[in-house]
Amino acid sequence: MAIPLSWYLIVAAALFCIGFYGVLARRNAVAILMGVELMLNAVNINFLAFWRYVRPEEPLGQVFAIFVLAVAAAEAAVGLALIISIYRTRKTINIDNIDLLRG
Amino acid sequence: MNASEIIRWLSPELILLITGFVVLGADLVMRRRDEGRTAAVIALIGLVLALIMALLLAMNNPATIVASTFAVDPYSSFFKVLAIIAVSLVVLSSMDFMKGKSRYLGEYYALLVFVTLAVSIAVSATNLLLVYLGIEFLSITSYILTGFLRNDRRSEEAAIKYFLYGASAGAVMLYGISLVYGATGSTDLVAVGELMKAATGPEHLLGVAAIVLLLGGFGFKASLVPFHQWAPDTYDGAPTPVTAFLATASKAAGFAVAGRVFITAFPQFTPDWMAILGSLAILTMTVGNLTALKQHSVKRMLAYSSIAQAGYIVLGLAAYNPTGGTFTGLNGMLIYLFAYLFTNIGAFFVVLAVERYAGSSEFSTFKGLGKRAPGLALLMTVFMLSLAGIPPTGGFLGKFYVFAAVVEKHFLVLAAIAAVNAIVAAFYYMNVIRLMFFQDSEDETPLQVSSGLNLSLVVSAVMVLAIGILAQPFIAWAVESVQMVNTRGF
Repeated sequence: MAIPLSWYLIVAAALFCIGFYGVLARRNAVAILMGVELMLNAVNINFLAFWRYVRPEEPLGQVFAIFVLAVAAAEAAVGLALIISIYRTRKTINIDNIDLLRG
Repeated sequence: MNASEIIRWLSPELILLITGFVVLGADLVMRRRDEGRTAAVIALIGLVLALIMALLLAMNNPATIVASTFAVDPYSSFFKVLAIIAVSLVVLSSMDFMKGKSRYLGEYYALLVFVTLAVSIAVSATNLLLVYLGIEFLSITSYILTGFLRNDRRSEEAAIKYFLYGASAGAVMLYGISLVYGATGSTDLVAVGELMKAATGPEHLLGVAAIVLLLGGFGFKASLVPFHQWAPDTYDGAPTPVTAFLATASKAAGFAVAGRVFITAFPQFTPDWMAILGSLAILTMTVGNLTALKQHSVKRMLAYSSIAQAGYIVLGLAAYNPTGGTFTGLNGMLIYLFAYLFTNIGAFFVVLAVERYAGSSEFSTFKGLGKRAPGLALLMTVFMLSLAGIPPTGGFLGKFYVFAAVVEKHFLVLAAIAAVNAIVAAFYYMNVIRLMFFQDSEDETPLQVSSGLNLSLVVSAVMVLAIGILAQPFIAWAVESVQMVNTRGF
């Protein structure tokens, strides 16, 4: 095998960190959601790499990745619906301005 | 394992699933004319049926794994009973509270039934794949329920904050699961436990990393500091019945899953996760209590108090004792959660009654409640005493079992910090009692409480006192529920 497992893991870890940074640093709710999607994709790379290199005889990693994709889609649907409803009442999706509840 | 046996084992889940769809169908037939009354009644009937099946399963003590992912054991039955009771009380109190607040009440009750199903799947899962699916199912339904009042800006703000934290926490947990899969090539909890036995050096580090990442997801559900930032705002902004659910059943699911995953999949890491959970317990108790002291509204104070309570509950896992004995820690956690369920639901329902009348739950609205609604004030006193952990309430029994486990493990610093925290917390709980009985308000009109809410309040108060006074059967049930997890790992 030409590419060692660790390369995939490094890419996935980097992607996860970029996504996490996006979640922490961005103030736009949609951008935060994009950060979360990056994190989920990093996890998928992990699952597929581990499946290929650790236990290729059992498709568990692939199955897990498919489930992650499906759940991420459901989550994004609910999240975008919430964001749209926020936008309709406040004309902003900047989370710094969504500050009715404080403490 | 034949089909009829599987149906019997999965009966609570199947009933909940069918009930959810029947509720949706009934709402369609009624064309939203009766403000969700039919939907609520059908949901209640389904929940009671599911409760009976779950209790029967709990009594029969089966220990089976269906489809190699779904454990039907006393531990999961305990949490199913707990979740179904919680949601039944929530439905009862919603019938009056939600009236006129939304046009889509059929969907609301259907979602409440589905969220119960989500809890029972999560607590039964013995495979990390199902753990993930159960928790996400629970989360996504909770986001919708939190933001259900679309015209209420506070509700939607609560939902978006819950969602953004929840989605990130879910991704972090998933990264932890992927590491576990990479280290062992399996996601089955028992198999992972076997394969991780010989972990040393870098593999041990990997296991600890996985535990920390998994805790991101479980701690988020259980609102442990530092994964708690969503909790005050979400509890404050969500419709109050939903808050009562989030602060009890949803939190219990987080603890149940954390307990099963850590005990079954990471037995040889017990000192590691006990240390991590112990430090989180200290943080959670202290931050929750100190912030609760500064609040101006009872609902928000209860929100912080329920963060602090999570700190006491997690003490049970932090002082886990696999060799058995009277105080295994885990049984303390179960007793605490059961007493806490009725206490907190009751407390939030009193807030709901006041809120329905006064429009908010500022401290001033509780002034003179002893005169305006003596019954309500008396019930609130019971709940506050139970939250503070004063006998003869259920809250005392829970605290006693958890603290005893900590002392038995000789974690004396932990026990001391917990005791100091309990005293600080007693101060703000007693403050509510003082406001109700020793302060007068200008408004002397008596408070009306709807019959559904009344019923759920009385049930909660009776249970709080019953757990405290007739303690024995509840203790025996909790001890029995954890035995199998301790010995066999599922």
